[in-house]
Amino acid sequence: MKVPANLKYTKDHEWARIEDAVAVVGITDYAQSQLGDVVYIDLPKVGDVISRGDVIGTIEAVKTVADIYSPVSGEIVAVNSALKDASELVNKDPYGEGWIASIKLSNSMELEALLDPADYEKLIS
Amino acid sequence: MHFIPNTCDTERAILENLGVASFNDLIANIPEKFREQCRINLPPALSEIELTKTMQELSEKNGNSDKQVSFLGGGSYDHFIPAVVDFLISRSEFYTAYTPYQAEVSQGTLQAIYEYQSQICHLTDMEVANASMYDGVTALAEAAIMAANITQRKKFLVSPLINPLARQVLETYLSARDFILADLPEKNGQTDLSVLKEMIDNQTAAVLVQSPNFFGIIEDLNYIAEIIHAKSSLLIMSVDPISLAILKTPGELGADIAVAEGQPLGIHQSFGGPYLGVFTTRRQYVRNMPGRIVGQTTDVEGKRGYVLVLQTREQHIRREKATSNICTNQGLMALAATIYLSLMGKTGLRKVAELCLNNSHYLADKIAGLPGYSLPFAGQPFFKEFVVKTPRPANEIAAAALATGFFAGIDLGQYRREWENYLLIAVTEKRNLQEISDFVKILAKF
Repeated sequence: MKVPANLKYTKDHEWARIEDAVAVVGITDYAQSQLGDVVYIDLPKVGDVISRGDVIGTIEAVKTVADIYSPVSGEIVAVNSALKDASELVNKDPYGEGWIASIKLSNSMELEALLDPADYEKLIS
Repeated sequence: MHFIPNTCDTERAILENLGVASFNDLIANIPEKFREQCRINLPPALSEIELTKTMQELSEKNGNSDKQVSFLGGGSYDHFIPAVVDFLISRSEFYTAYTPYQAEVSQGTLQAIYEYQSQICHLTDMEVANASMYDGVTALAEAAIMAANITQRKKFLVSPLINPLARQVLETYLSARDFILADLPEKNGQTDLSVLKEMIDNQTAAVLVQSPNFFGIIEDLNYIAEIIHAKSSLLIMSVDPISLAILKTPGELGADIAVAEGQPLGIHQSFGGPYLGVFTTRRQYVRNMPGRIVGQTTDVEGKRGYVLVLQTREQHIRREKATSNICTNQGLMALAATIYLSLMGKTGLRKVAELCLNNSHYLADKIAGLPGYSLPFAGQPFFKEFVVKTPRPANEIAAAALATGFFAGIDLGQYRREWENYLLIAVTEKRNLQEISDFVKILAKF
């Protein structure tokens, strides 16, 4: 199971890549492998203001639906609209083309609360 | 006499386990005055022959549309039902079928539901239909909840001329969710939609209208979808499925969700149920739609097959986040509608609708000519139902007509005091000239 070293993680299996004041978020390799084939993704709207832990979307697999929780607070500045027609990108490339949204951070202190790759690896092992 | 299948030994064991000496000790906290004071007094048991006779006599006290000539409507109508409908739905393969979760043993049920969905889409010109809901009014309430979920808004503009019973169910469903229902005004028996532009705002989740409305009058819904969509709000329509054979469909009028009571499609009136909730929407909202959907697919050998799809929206998978508490469908009634529509076909259904239209207009003209009677909304377009202003309170007329074998219609005074002299009359394709003339003669006596 891939757990890239340059990312931060949550207990709910989301990842965040911090680029200046923006967090690009998605779900982890472990999460996609547990869900199985993703058939539909309900994305947030650009402009939505959200708090850490809010549901920003849902991922529908063949036999279940999982909520996507935001790892950080802020404003949605971009969503990966390619997922609308190609939700399988989440399975194929969860840390790259399968990204879900970009969130402009409103409280960078929150980043402290996210898990390091080593901690996340422990969580899923 | 006890009907609980516990032996005395079991009862003793339960009481012992609970640590009480007797049943009365167990219910000691219930004040004496609320406890049963006497045993239920039943007559001695009857033989099967006697019992059948007694029950027969009791059931014959009921009126029904086979015995009486019915002009009752208001959401439930005495349409003709070909005998084939009841014969086919009574086959045990359909009659006793359980929820078709297991596709490999449920292809017949699933295909029937798939055909139902397809027919309903054709009839309404909507893109998707679910496998049905309990009845038309709960379907309407579910439509409102769905619109609130899609738009993330809580305000509804409601026509005052939707069926008052539907309005009550709507209030029951919405009361626990802090939704706001605002009434549109009415004018001459129609919803006054000229003020829609002023009343609709960015908080409006949806506009709810019924056409033909409760008075039977066809609402003018041309162009309202544009006004509604300009505010990113949704149009919810409640319709009479038979009327769609000759009237503009919800799809043509730009509705986002269309619901209907499916009872007119081959389902007996049966003292109020089971009925059929028709529920349709646009493809883009399919994931917000309550209830289940059957889809067509191919199996591993490439053969056509049917399965329940989009189940992840449903309660048995998503619990509290399901699109609805309703996680089932009215399968047998949906089947009745499917068979009815197959038997009627396009031309047959159109014929039924035209007969309803002609019969009701013929009767309305006759009644308008009677002294003391008038049509309060004369000139307004109606389909198979209309309001008559009566010379005496409508409930008196209905009671007198019943004594001579006619269900005269619905006394509207029970819904609004000022409608005391309003009688709502429905005329289906079943009413013949003789029945209509006899009915006019009865009304003429008042």
